[in-house]
Amino acid sequence: MRHHPPLLELVGLGKTFGEGPGATQAIAELTFSVQEGELVSVVGPSGCGKTTMLRCVAGLLAPSSGEVRLRGRTVVGPPPEMAFVFQDYSRSLMPWLSVRDNVELPLRHKSRLSRRERRSLVEDAVSSVGLGRFLDRYPWQLSGGMQQRVAIARALAYQPEILLMDEPFASVDAQARADLEDLVLQVQGAYGVTILFVTHDIDEAVYLSDRVVVLTRPPTTVQETVSVELPRPRDQVSTKELPEFARLRAHVFRGIKRQMEVDQGEGAEGHRARLAGHLEASGSTGTPP
Amino acid sequence: MRALRRRRLLAGLTLEAGVPLALLALWWTWSTRAGLVFFPPLPDILRSFRETWLAAPASKEVLPSLGRLAVGYATAVLAGVGLGTLLGCSEAARRSADPIVQFLRGIPPPALLPFGILVFGIGDPMKVLMIALVCLWPVLLNTIDGVGGVDPTLRETSRVYGLPLGTRLAYVILPAASPQIVAGARTGLSLAIIMMVISEMVASTNGIGYSILEAQQTFRIPDMWAGILVLGVLGYLLNGLFVLLERRLLRWHRGARAREGV
Amino acid sequence: MLGVLSLLEALTRTGVLPASDFPPPSLTLVTLGQQLATAGFWNAVGQTLAGWASGLALAAVLAASLGMVIGASDLAYRAIRVPLEFLRPIPSVALIPLAILLYGTGFTSKLFLVVFASFWPLFVQVLYGMRDIDPLAMDTARSFGLRRLERVRHVILPSTLPYLATGLRISSAVALILAVTAELVIGSPGLGKEIDVARVGGDGRLMYALIVATGVLGWSINAVFSRVERRLLHWHPSQRADGGAR
Repeated sequence: MRHHPPLLELVGLGKTFGEGPGATQAIAELTFSVQEGELVSVVGPSGCGKTTMLRCVAGLLAPSSGEVRLRGRTVVGPPPEMAFVFQDYSRSLMPWLSVRDNVELPLRHKSRLSRRERRSLVEDAVSSVGLGRFLDRYPWQLSGGMQQRVAIARALAYQPEILLMDEPFASVDAQARADLEDLVLQVQGAYGVTILFVTHDIDEAVYLSDRVVVLTRPPTTVQETVSVELPRPRDQVSTKELPEFARLRAHVFRGIKRQMEVDQGEGAEGHRARLAGHLEASGSTGTPP
Repeated sequence: MRALRRRRLLAGLTLEAGVPLALLALWWTWSTRAGLVFFPPLPDILRSFRETWLAAPASKEVLPSLGRLAVGYATAVLAGVGLGTLLGCSEAARRSADPIVQFLRGIPPPALLPFGILVFGIGDPMKVLMIALVCLWPVLLNTIDGVGGVDPTLRETSRVYGLPLGTRLAYVILPAASPQIVAGARTGLSLAIIMMVISEMVASTNGIGYSILEAQQTFRIPDMWAGILVLGVLGYLLNGLFVLLERRLLRWHRGARAREGV
Repeated sequence: MLGVLSLLEALTRTGVLPASDFPPPSLTLVTLGQQLATAGFWNAVGQTLAGWASGLALAAVLAASLGMVIGASDLAYRAIRVPLEFLRPIPSVALIPLAILLYGTGFTSKLFLVVFASFWPLFVQVLYGMRDIDPLAMDTARSFGLRRLERVRHVILPSTLPYLATGLRISSAVALILAVTAELVIGSPGLGKEIDVARVGGDGRLMYALIVATGVLGWSINAVFSRVERRLLHWHPSQRADGGAR
């Protein structure tokens, strides 16, 4: 029984795009919370509005109904205690700044820090993602996986209370993805940061999380929340060999598959297409999950 | 194999150095032999170049020209970038400004010169203003485009991390727009040179443009050619300077573009 | 747009901007309308366009032929590269006195200047186009036994056409600038000359009207050639949203 209030709460979050007859209700009603120090993944069928949800949580998009609360306060714009790692790392890092300068950028206006403190924060964060030798390189000189590490380092140096990650490893090759997953675990252990992680990869979700939130297809609600009681520290080989891993994985997979079958019967293609159009119009940057 | 490559390299270098030299030699001999009034011997031209343009009197003609060019161009770039950034940040402002700027941009610089003379007379201020006026438009248009076209993901990153306006401008918006801005500044430079020369030909008593025309009118043909040479050298140097500047400022852009092609 | 115009109108009528120098836009437009009815106006437009068009066409033919020949040969390209770098930046306006010397103050001077100025951007673009031809496409064409003329038609032309379009867009603007410059400075017949005549004669309204007309001309030329360029470039990898000057 947890008796301290959750760090993050989604209370009846809803998002509808457009107005009148053409309106699309991407998210009907999402309610769940994230405790401090947890790593919670969000999965669901394609087009279920995972990215939309995350952007509402981040304050980048205003909800149509309900609200998001961070430490009890309603989120109306990007809160300072929150960092975000985008799926498209190449477009979120500044190509004209070195790795060091990119990571330092969000810290510049945190006036409480002296320059020396800033520098050491930056160097620590970059080392913790394993790129200590690349401080003075430029993002375009690095591989995709390394660029995403820089984005993660930037988020870490910022010392957020909560880190949002939007399918961060979807555009990264498989080998790098495994390394990056382990990096997230490692970093979470070291920094104790709370993480809300959106992904379409069920294995990844189960591997990383304390809990997995499974969403329905649009109009989206929470289908169920699966508690992941796998031992930590986790490992790409031994953890995935555990029967419990397979069971959890299958459970989540079946949940999503059931929805997709309902999907096919009801012309959700058109729904998804409309949703995609709305997302583009509202300036969403990620591809709809 | 290596000997063959070395020979090829040598041949290439000889070609690149040799052809210009050969052309110069050709010009030298032909102009000296042909005895045409309009195409005086190259040695005469070079002598005039050295005496009239590189010596002290040069400052009377070259410096005023360069001064007007520099002031006019700098003003236009600063104003264009400043105004362009302001306009570029607002979609509505962009849309309403676009037709006006597009039209004004379409007016060829020489057509504006009589306007300048009518309203501002024939002094230095008019020339500086005209130079600034003609190169304002490409800089402005390109800045608006560049600022308006900043990648949405970059914008969102700025929002997420709460970057204040100053930081956003200096570290995100302006660098992102710089390839466009530099391209606009490049176009502006050639327009500025054009306006500098023609304003001096039509409404001036000093300057490079004025001297070349005067030399032609008083039939000092070698001096005229020397003046043309000066403008050529000026054009070459300014262009080279620009390329160097561009190379330094936009190194990241080339790197990032190359990466995208992978 | 309307906002700016009405502001100007107000400023000029109330005398904030002296009426002698800045006639109200409404009157300028009226004068322009009147001009559209006179033969003299269209005569001037025709003369400007004649110089522009013939100069541009001549430059295009020269640039395309020379460009294709030189661009096809590595040796030739390397040979002319250095002289090109020196000749290209020469401001064409520097040759105005030379034009007067050689051709006087008539149409031919204007033509000379327009051709000289328009040649370089076109030539450079054709060279780039020739150098950018996909060697794989060429080899494929050769292996299929296409004759030289067919190779030109099926490989070279489509590859260089976008570059030519870019060159034309740039040169069409340059050509107009030089045409009007020649008219203004040398006095060749055309819009440039008429604008100055209006100024000297103290007819501010006419001067502004003609400037507006010249602006419309310049704008339409740019619009047409930009559209053509966009059409031809939309499939080409060089067409990018960033780094393109307008």
